[in-house]
Amino acid sequence: MKTISEKILSAKSGRDARAGDIVVCRVDWVLATDASSPMAIDYFNRMGGERLFDPSRVLLAMDHYSPPTIPRTAGFHDQMRTFARGRGADLHDVGDGISFQILSESGAALPGDLVIGADSHTVTCGALNLFATGVGSSDVAAAMITGRTWLKVPESIKIVLTGTRRPRVSAKDVALALVADIGADGASYQALEFHGPALPGLSLEDRLVICNMAVEMDAKASIFPVDGQTEAYLAGRAKRPFSPIEADASAAYSRDVAIDLSSLTPRIALPHAPDNVVPIERAVGTPIHMVFIGTCTGGRVPDIHEAIAVLEAGGGRIAPGVQLVVTPASREVQLRLLEDGSLRALAAMGAVITTPGCGACCGTSGAIPADGMNVLSTANRNFKARMGNANAAIYLASPAACAAAALTGRITDPR
Amino acid sequence: MSAMDLHGRARVFGDNINTDYIIASTRKRETLDESVLKRYLMEAVDPAFAATVQPGDLLVAGRNFGCGSAMEIAATVILAAGIRAVLARTFARTFYRNAINNGLLPIECDTSAIREGDPLRIAFAGDGMEVTDERTGERAAGRAVPPIMLAILEAGGLVPYIRRHGGIR
Ligand code: SF4
Repeated sequence: MKTISEKILSAKSGRDARAGDIVVCRVDWVLATDASSPMAIDYFNRMGGERLFDPSRVLLAMDHYSPPTIPRTAGFHDQMRTFARGRGADLHDVGDGISFQILSESGAALPGDLVIGADSHTVTCGALNLFATGVGSSDVAAAMITGRTWLKVPESIKIVLTGTRRPRVSAKDVALALVADIGADGASYQALEFHGPALPGLSLEDRLVICNMAVEMDAKASIFPVDGQTEAYLAGRAKRPFSPIEADASAAYSRDVAIDLSSLTPRIALPHAPDNVVPIERAVGTPIHMVFIGTCTGGRVPDIHEAIAVLEAGGGRIAPGVQLVVTPASREVQLRLLEDGSLRALAAMGAVITTPGCGACCGTSGAIPADGMNVLSTANRNFKARMGNANAAIYLASPAACAAAALTGRITDPR
Repeated sequence: MSAMDLHGRARVFGDNINTDYIIASTRKRETLDESVLKRYLMEAVDPAFAATVQPGDLLVAGRNFGCGSAMEIAATVILAAGIRAVLARTFARTFYRNAINNGLLPIECDTSAIREGDPLRIAFAGDGMEVTDERTGERAAGRAVPPIMLAILEAGGLVPYIRRHGGIR
């Protein structure tokens, strides 16, 4: 009787893996970014690495410093190009997007797979019914060489979602509510596994948002089952046939957490912690100087559509003194938004549209807030100095709430 | 394992110290040289801290130390500052793993009674550690380290481990 995590890690280790066991697993996909590759390459060399275990399974993406703003980060990129060229790795240059977003769009990573990435938000891919976890550069280097990693099989928290979301309540609100409920370390060493009658109402993109913020609860992985939404997303993408991994009905969970989506209202995380979550009414009126719609949490097509719907319904005029920054999470997202006119509409409203990737999320590329500025962002982290200035304050909310603030210059209930 | 016993001064922080607080992403963008970055250790929470660190100091924190980004430099900058162990009530899992992989000792134990500047002694016993606060005489048992992690620590980190074993076993 096993959870989804136990089943995947049993298959990858060739053992009967149970929560608490330590297993050595074959990995299907190994990811690194421009923020983690330079150290990974250094570890790789020091470990005596020469070839990659399977170059087509090693994905390197230039996302955090995209495009580079100083010679140093341009140098990181060149180092990655040289490393990948010599070894045949799957290299994604500036503008291709965020590493695990590229993987989740690729149709290469499929249900049942094991993904490790030198980026904590690698957990996002679990929306595709696979086990994905973040590690450091040294673990990624070892996996690049050996195709293996060791993992402690996590216990799982069963998250049961019921009810139907009300209008203008986003997947981001579900994620923030979960972070508030579980806490910043409430899922430490554990996986989240999603169940319940509300799942068919959550698109694959909604699930990516929810899985993304699992790491804000310190979860090791975050996994949805396969259903019609998964199949619809993978139709035309999947590069091979796949079989869903289901939990056994009597699998053991460390605990159950239930969320009724029908009673959920818009949330906001106040500075400077993602679990500092309150209903948005409590923050309404706070002045906002920069609105950031982007990142691996809120930079996909449905997020930007959600923001545009609110902007257009409110007359499409950005409040004076507010900078609206929009960053698509990947090139695929950018292309779709170009094709359907979304980016044109945003540019016409005065938005700043930046290169696909992480953008302003962690202060390494893109717009940096000035001292004293309040930022409302669709991102997942609002630590002090996160966007490159310790004297700015970051609030986190849904794309709808971000758009509503762009119209008024204040935190505004999007309903 | 007694060669790994440690003695040092407690440098105390609170709960949820994330890796961006340990070392800011914007600093790490400028250089990956830990001997430079160590000047900015814990900058966002205590800008004066880095200048007061002495080799041999021990970091002490509350819950969820090292949460947030998985950036490994957070562990190596601490080591570069001459700190060989971090004691915390709990660790974020990526930080815990990164610490072990670089030979920085993460000790999960009750840290609530430890005060800034307390002299601490860390002794290895079996697969665990015992921490003694020499100011109060109080002892705390560190949570056991899984055998594979102990093997990596004993090797001196994941690089020497892989070189020695030619893979992960
Ligand atoms: S968008 Fe932000 S949270 Fe996501 S991978 Fe990039 S820096 Fe990390």
